[in-house]
Amino acid sequence: MSWRTFWRTVVGRAYPRFIGVWREKSWVVFDVFFPLLQVSAYVYIYRAIGAPPEFAGFAVLGGAMIAYWMNVLWSMASQLYWEKESGNLQLYLIAPTSRMAILLGMAVGGLTATTVRAAGVILVGALLFRIPLQVSHGALFFGVFLLTLVALYGLGMLLSSVFLLWGREAWHLSNLFMEPVYLFSGFYFPVRALGFWVALAASVIPITLGLDALRQLLYPRLMEQFRFLPVETELGILAGLAVLFIFLAHRGLRFFEDLARREGRLTLRGQ
Amino acid sequence: MRRLREAWQGFKVGTWLGWQIESNWTEPFLFAIYSVIKPVAGVLILVFMYLVVAQGGLQNPLFPQVFLGTTFYLYVVNVLSGISWTVTDDREHYGMLKYAYMAPMHFYGYLLGRGMAKTLVATISVLITLAFGIVFLRVQLSFRNPGLLLVGLPLGLAALAFYGILLAGVSLLIARHGWMVGDVVAGGLYLLCGTAFPLSLLPSPFRALGLGLPPTYWLEALRRALLGQGLHPELSALSDAQLLLILTGATVLGIALSVGIFRAAERVAARRGLLDMQTMY
Repeated sequence: MSWRTFWRTVVGRAYPRFIGVWREKSWVVFDVFFPLLQVSAYVYIYRAIGAPPEFAGFAVLGGAMIAYWMNVLWSMASQLYWEKESGNLQLYLIAPTSRMAILLGMAVGGLTATTVRAAGVILVGALLFRIPLQVSHGALFFGVFLLTLVALYGLGMLLSSVFLLWGREAWHLSNLFMEPVYLFSGFYFPVRALGFWVALAASVIPITLGLDALRQLLYPRLMEQFRFLPVETELGILAGLAVLFIFLAHRGLRFFEDLARREGRLTLRGQ
Repeated sequence: MRRLREAWQGFKVGTWLGWQIESNWTEPFLFAIYSVIKPVAGVLILVFMYLVVAQGGLQNPLFPQVFLGTTFYLYVVNVLSGISWTVTDDREHYGMLKYAYMAPMHFYGYLLGRGMAKTLVATISVLITLAFGIVFLRVQLSFRNPGLLLVGLPLGLAALAFYGILLAGVSLLIARHGWMVGDVVAGGLYLLCGTAFPLSLLPSPFRALGLGLPPTYWLEALRRALLGQGLHPELSALSDAQLLLILTGATVLGIALSVGIFRAAERVAARRGLLDMQTMY
């Protein structure tokens, strides 16, 4: 398969996701407003217990990153399950293109669309609660953010191939990976509070390290007592995770597609 | 009499079907783990927020109130949001809403039955979370007023179910936002009802809104019944009987509104051909 076909597949699959954001404009409002409800509640909880204002920043940043995790869960991991339900999966499989290109297109489109929502949450949250946001090292901050997303969507591509095997349980498993992941990845509090080894285990989800590093760069003084690992170390691990997940996704897709084909799970069957 | 029989039939079928959908996607053991992990993780987020920041950690006087509010809020998510989701699920996902309407049963009773299944699932989560709080977080429940609990709990649950059906009626008419109606309302209630913090922290317009919402009074009644004191100073002047009276009023209002709005929504949906709508969203 030529690079041209690969590239056209990526663009073709990313296109509806990007365009979809603007097609129904009210969704942008809902997508920003809905996470803000939860974020606001956590800000008020911190205020109720007399936390320094930076903790409100933790909650807002966590709320913005949740948009990415939700996108990975529901629009990457579960996507092939939705496609199976709507009858598109078979079309993907007979198309003369790379499955990796399809997954990559899903990731690029989802990432771009979700960035609009995440930026909205941060902007509105910061203005609403007057949260101090001062990035000390702009380039490093951007690098950590980008690498977190590459690793995260790599994980999404891997999960997508695993979810290929599942029917109705895919929905419930995505549901299951919400609150527990919010907890173990420290979406609303510094992950170090969970203890070193738990935080290390949770680092398999790239947002854990990404959030910790971003918080260190946003609130260096406060994070001195809460940081999990130095930013440079987290950056290195994130780079490793990104490569590992994309490699595993490539291998996993082939393996699970083959397995699903043999076990007859590529079409709906009373599930 | 026939309508009552059909409503009861719908209720029974809805409960059975709802329970099957919620639980038979996996082995009972995995379902049990699933039922434990989700609610406990939600509470543990609050635990760690308190441990990191609050003076005295979990001994902070606010913590038991917050724990209890968050635990019983599981009913709000499951029942209120769950019932409205039923319309989207049956119509768009399973494509069976039209068949439910064709069956010789009352659809309103069927939705109540689906709500009952959601209540059962939520009850499992609430009991597990309460047990976790008592055993591991040392939350001390005093059961100061069992009467308030016995009357207040079912009253609040009934109100949630009827308001859920009201939202289901709204969902019948919505194409692109139906799946998020319940979640947005539930998220709003978490914030506005002071589920996990005192209402006095909210800006005054939102505080006033919170004081107009039934779950605020329901959660306060449960806190008083189980802990001996409430969370919101604004409600401290109300006696237990007054709280129950407000809850009763809210439930009656919920029944009237849900029956009226749902019937109107059904009529409009049938006229516009929305009962078998497939938006693929």
